Amino acid sequence: MSKDSLFSKKNLKLIKDPLDDNNPITVQVLGICSALAITVQLKPAVVMAVSVFFVMCIANVVVSLMRNMIPSRIRIIVQLVIIATLVILVDQVLKAFLYDVSKELSVFVGLIITNCIIMGRLEAFALANTPWKAFMDGVGNSLGYALPLVVVAFFRELLGSGTLFGYPVLENLGLYQLGYENNGMMILPPMALVTCGVYIWIQRMRNNKLVEQN
Amino acid sequence: MKLFKNILESVKPHFVEGGKLEKMYPAYDAFETFLFVPDHTTHAGSHIRDAIDLKRTMITVVLALMPALFFGMWNVGQLHFTAIGEEFTLMSAFTFGALKMLPLIIVSYAVGLGIEFAFAISRGHSVNEGYLVTGMLIPMVMPIDVPLWMLAVSVVFAVIIGKEVFGGTGMNILNPALTARAFLFFAYPSFMSGDKVWINTGDAATVDGFSGATPLADLAANIPLDMSLIGSFFNGTIAGSVGETSFVAIMIGAVILLVTGIASWRTMLSVFVGGYIMGLLFNLWGANEFMNIPSYVHLLLGGFAFGAVFMATDPVTAAQTNTAKYIVGFLIGVLAILIRVFNPAYPEGMMLAILFMNVFAPLVDHYVVSANIKRRLKRVKA
Repeated sequence: MSKDSLFSKKNLKLIKDPLDDNNPITVQVLGICSALAITVQLKPAVVMAVSVFFVMCIANVVVSLMRNMIPSRIRIIVQLVIIATLVILVDQVLKAFLYDVSKELSVFVGLIITNCIIMGRLEAFALANTPWKAFMDGVGNSLGYALPLVVVAFFRELLGSGTLFGYPVLENLGLYQLGYENNGMMILPPMALVTCGVYIWIQRMRNNKLVEQN
Repeated sequence: MKLFKNILESVKPHFVEGGKLEKMYPAYDAFETFLFVPDHTTHAGSHIRDAIDLKRTMITVVLALMPALFFGMWNVGQLHFTAIGEEFTLMSAFTFGALKMLPLIIVSYAVGLGIEFAFAISRGHSVNEGYLVTGMLIPMVMPIDVPLWMLAVSVVFAVIIGKEVFGGTGMNILNPALTARAFLFFAYPSFMSGDKVWINTGDAATVDGFSGATPLADLAANIPLDMSLIGSFFNGTIAGSVGETSFVAIMIGAVILLVTGIASWRTMLSVFVGGYIMGLLFNLWGANEFMNIPSYVHLLLGGFAFGAVFMATDPVTAAQTNTAKYIVGFLIGVLAILIRVFNPAYPEGMMLAILFMNVFAPLVDHYVVSANIKRRLKRVKA
């Protein structure tokens, strides 16, 4: 760690950038499949976000620590082994303590291994930077993954099932007596795409840097 | 008219450049051009400006919709009074239906035009006229009892996601009216299908033997078609969405569209041909009641005619080249009957068939155009 202090502007940028300007989901369009599949309800989305946070931060640090020892020809395999180990850990913990959610997430926990965001960050960042920077990058990118996920899941659960974290918000507000109905389309996968699209639309409206010039 | 002109002239200074409400100019422009032939002239080059602009085209389509709309209003009342076993006259049935229908039309226009105006002002272009027709089509493809807020939500979805996202009128890939219907169909299925929604019975008890199912729903449930009702399939005294039931009224609209040259006869014709041929093929197969009905009956039932005349011919979402119009239209007809007969969850396939082919129309166009280029290149080489 040379002259940079731990929370210098440059290091904080590693966290801030992926939240908006360089968001892995809405700007780089990575990790879309899991984002669409698990956003029907908030709880699985949050659990997924936490799992990815855990895996990405640790994998980034470990790979960064080993970066001078990994022969570049087999680096993908090494990265995969590290990620897979962490994912199996996460999977076992979920099965032990959050069985319902684990069942709901089903194959998508295992698929974190192939989540392009994680592989991408290891390849593009952790292999070339010091552990602290890699850690900051992991925090930033997993938060950047979590943000759209939670926002989309919030609207899909609220409008599709009328609940938040399983708590019947709309029923307690008395909307159903007024003739309100849950929107069945919100639960279907196409609406995840549309909600994501609207998120990207609003993000681009607020952030001029993302608008292509042509 | 003089009065409107004076009002418009007196408020104009506020809206033109430098005025207080300059930002609101698109809204002013929309009213001015709606009421009067605009006095704009072209800026560059020489063009011939036709007085029949987009607004007048749209008004013609709305006029063509009127027979189906008025018949639909009467039909709503007629079905209502028949279902609860009351006497009715032509006027009482029509009034009942009109009072049921007007709120739907008002909500559809108010919400849709509100969004159009908001987008036009924020983007600084003139208000697009596309919604004049869409706003009338949407209530006509809904069941009469659809709650008003659902209608409003579907209009919001159709106009924003179906149209404005792509850049507004003329840029949309999917037909907005059908987008609205498809949205409601998947979001609130219990309000859009089944045998409870098509006929308004109020809270009154229904007469014995009453069934609210549409003929297509019956067929999907493998109940044989009563061919003695063929007359009512023609004139449209059957259950269904408001505008879609009467073949006769829709055909009057079709004649208006074709005589004025607004709709493409190629699309219309090929949709009917496609549906008819598919019906014949199913007749040959004949595995269940649905496959066995005479092919021409397919064209009378459900939304087939309405879709063929008013939806498939939408100049924005249909194919642009003549060859592609034949192909796309034909496939719409084929797919509509295919979905009807094969998928019991969707007794009516017209909506899905048209939306599906909307997506493919640009692709078909592309191949038609490139085939043409290839053919002509060959001629040059030879």
